[in-house]
Amino acid sequence: MPTTEITTTVDAKGLSCPMPIVRTAQAMKPLPSGVLVEVLATDPGSVKDFAASCRSTGNELIEQSVDGPVYRFIIRRK
Amino acid sequence: MDEPLNLVLFSGTDDKLQAAAVLTAGAAALGKPVNIFLQYWALEAFRADRIGQDHGLAPEAGLAGRVAVDALAAAGQAPWSETLRQAKDLGAVDIQACSLSMDLLQLESTDLDPLVDGVEGVTAFYLNAGEGQLVFI
Repeated sequence: MPTTEITTTVDAKGLSCPMPIVRTAQAMKPLPSGVLVEVLATDPGSVKDFAASCRSTGNELIEQSVDGPVYRFIIRRK
Repeated sequence: MDEPLNLVLFSGTDDKLQAAAVLTAGAAALGKPVNIFLQYWALEAFRADRIGQDHGLAPEAGLAGRVAVDALAAAGQAPWSETLRQAKDLGAVDIQACSLSMDLLQLESTDLDPLVDGVEGVTAFYLNAGEGQLVFI
């Protein structure tokens, strides 16, 4: 039964490329497999970047949404 | 993803080094190993006594480019040396000084910032590069 609880939030608002991806990778490194991580970012490039990084790292992009200038991603750690 | 990304850094201006640091950090976040080979003016920018200084911009930046780069820094963009430090914490990033450039600039390894892992010749760089892409900046 996969967890549905978000354990960590990465606040990458205001950071330019590639820092949203870098901060997220740093935050995920010590976490156990299967946990959900929420990422908040304002870099418009992060939409394609998170899709691409999840394809290549094997992490799963569960959900993505946008609220004004803020993009929100929910990622499950591989 | 196992083949490394190989960057040869030649230029020592802050904009080109920032671009290289961004490529490096992105690759590290994806788990891709990165080999960086420092030549000429890029190597000089990694001197321990100069790494934090203003290294200027490429000539094509012009005045408008200077303003744009300063605005990004004022908005919180980390300096390239800090971005590289984070990339090294995150993944397998190996930074080597070109031994010929060390001679040219009359440098000893103790003159270099700790970001630099060692000194090697071009043959060692090619061997570590394997079949990975090679980018010259």
